[in-house]
Amino acid sequence: MGWLVLVFDGLLAAALIWLAWQATHTPGLFRSVISFIIFGLLMALAWVRLDAPDIALAEAAIGAGATGALLLSALGRLVATHEEGAPWQERRDLYFWIPAGGALLGLLTLAAWMLPSPGLGEQVQDALPESGVQNPVTAVLLNFRALDTLLEIGVLLLAAIAIWSLGRMPLPSAPAVRSPALPALGRLLFPMFVLVSAYLLWRGSHAPGGAFPAGAVMGAGGILTILAGAQPWLTGSVHGPWRMLLSLGFAAMLALALGVMALGQPFFAYPPGLAGLIVLALELAAGLSIAMSLVALYLAGQPPDHWEGEARGE
Amino acid sequence: MTEVFAVLVLLLLLNIVVGLARVLRGPSAADRMLASEMFSTSAVAILLLLAFILDSPPLLDVALVLALLAALAVVTFVGRAWSDLQSRQSESARGMESRESD
Amino acid sequence: MSLTDLLGGLLVLLGMPFFFLGTLGLLRFPDAYTRLHALAKTDNVGLGLVCLGLALYSGSWLTGLKLLLIWLLMLVASAAGAGLIGRTAMARGMKPWGL
Repeated sequence: MGWLVLVFDGLLAAALIWLAWQATHTPGLFRSVISFIIFGLLMALAWVRLDAPDIALAEAAIGAGATGALLLSALGRLVATHEEGAPWQERRDLYFWIPAGGALLGLLTLAAWMLPSPGLGEQVQDALPESGVQNPVTAVLLNFRALDTLLEIGVLLLAAIAIWSLGRMPLPSAPAVRSPALPALGRLLFPMFVLVSAYLLWRGSHAPGGAFPAGAVMGAGGILTILAGAQPWLTGSVHGPWRMLLSLGFAAMLALALGVMALGQPFFAYPPGLAGLIVLALELAAGLSIAMSLVALYLAGQPPDHWEGEARGE
Repeated sequence: MTEVFAVLVLLLLLNIVVGLARVLRGPSAADRMLASEMFSTSAVAILLLLAFILDSPPLLDVALVLALLAALAVVTFVGRAWSDLQSRQSESARGMESRESD
Repeated sequence: MSLTDLLGGLLVLLGMPFFFLGTLGLLRFPDAYTRLHALAKTDNVGLGLVCLGLALYSGSWLTGLKLLLIWLLMLVASAAGAGLIGRTAMARGMKPWGL
C-alpha cells in the first residue's frame, strides 16, 4: 500500500507543477484559465492528502466556483481588445526565473525547517472546551484569532467597494444562443445552493465547514443566478437595503469586539457560556457578507439603480 | 476492500493526467472546457473513494460542493467567455447573425 | 466481508471502465461534438456505479442519500453543460465532423 500512496502523491505533485507552469506560460489566455481551473481541482485533492479537509472544502468552493467564473468572464471581456500574446516566451526570461524560483524554494524550505516543531495544535486542543465549538479550525477562525478573520472580511469588503467605485457594471454581451437549459438550471440549482450553504455553516461548529466555504458556495449560487439571467438588484431603494449585507459581517464582528471592550473585557473576549452562540451568530453574519461580496466582485462594477426595460432571460 | 479502492483512486488520477493531453491539444476552446468538466467528474469519484479509504466523512462534503459547482464553469464559459472569444476570426459574421435570430 | 460489501465493491469496479472509455473518447474522437457525446454519457454512468457501490458498501441510509444527491447534481451539471456547449458550438458555426 505504501508505494501506491507514493505514486499517487508523485503524480498529483507532478500534475500540479505542470498545470501551474501551463497557467503562467502558455501562449493562449483561455488555455491558461482552464489550466488554472484544473489546478484548483487538483489542489483540493492535494489538501485532502495533506489531511486538511477544511481547506480542501474552501478550495473546492472558491477554486471551482467564484475564481473560475471570474476568470472566464474577465477573459470574455479581454479578448475584444487583446491579442493572444506570449508574454514569457523568450529564453532570457529563464535566466531570471530559474535562479529566482530556486531561491524562493530554498527560502521556503528554510522557513519550513525553522517552524517550531510541536506547533500550536496542542494549545488549541487544550483550550477547545472554552471556545464554544468542537471544530478546532472554527475555534481558531472565529474565537482565538477572530481579529484575523475580521481583517480578512474587511479586505473582501474593501475590494468590493474599490471595484464598485471604478465605474458602472458592464452589461454582458448576450450569449451566442439562448438555451432553455440555462434559466431551468438556475431555478433548479439555487435551492440546492441555499441548502448546501446552510448545511456547511451549521456543520462548521463540529466538523469541517463554516463561514468561508458556506459563503463561497452561496456566492457561487448568486453568480450562477446572474448567469442564468437574473438581475443583480443590489443597489437602489426598490428592493430594500440588500447591499447592507456587504458590511454585515465586518460590522457585526467589530461591534462585538468593541462591545465587550466597553464592558471592561479585552478586545474580542467572548463572555464564557455565550461563546458558542456568539460564534454561530458571527459565522452567519460573516457567511452572508462573504457570499454578497463574491457576487459584488463578480459584477465588476456598481449595478444600476433601476432596471426598467430589462427583461433578459425569460 | 480499501486496498482495491486505493488502486482505483490511482487509476482515476492517471485518467485525469492522461486527459490533460486534450487540454494541451485543444484545438477549440470547447474541447478544453469539456476536458475540465470530465476532470471534475473524476475528481468527485476520487474524493468519494478517498472518503471511504481514509474513513473521513467530511470528504463527502468536499465532493458535494464540487458536484454543486460543476455547472458554474461551463455556464460562465458559454454565457460570457465563448460568446466573444475568437469572435473576430472566421466565424464572427455567422456568430453575430445567430445571436440576433435566436 | 459481508455480501453487500462485496456487491458494493463490484459495482465500484464495474464503474471504472466507463471513466477510462470516456477518456479514450475524449482523446481519440475527431471533433468537439463526438467528444461531448463520449464524455456526457460514460462519465456519469461511471460515477453512478461508483456512488451506488459506495452506498451499498457504507451500509448507511444517510450516506447513501448524500451519494445519490452528489450523482444527481453531477448529472444535472453534465446534461446542462453538454447541451449548452453543443448549442453554442452549432450557433457559432462549428462544423460537425463528416458533414
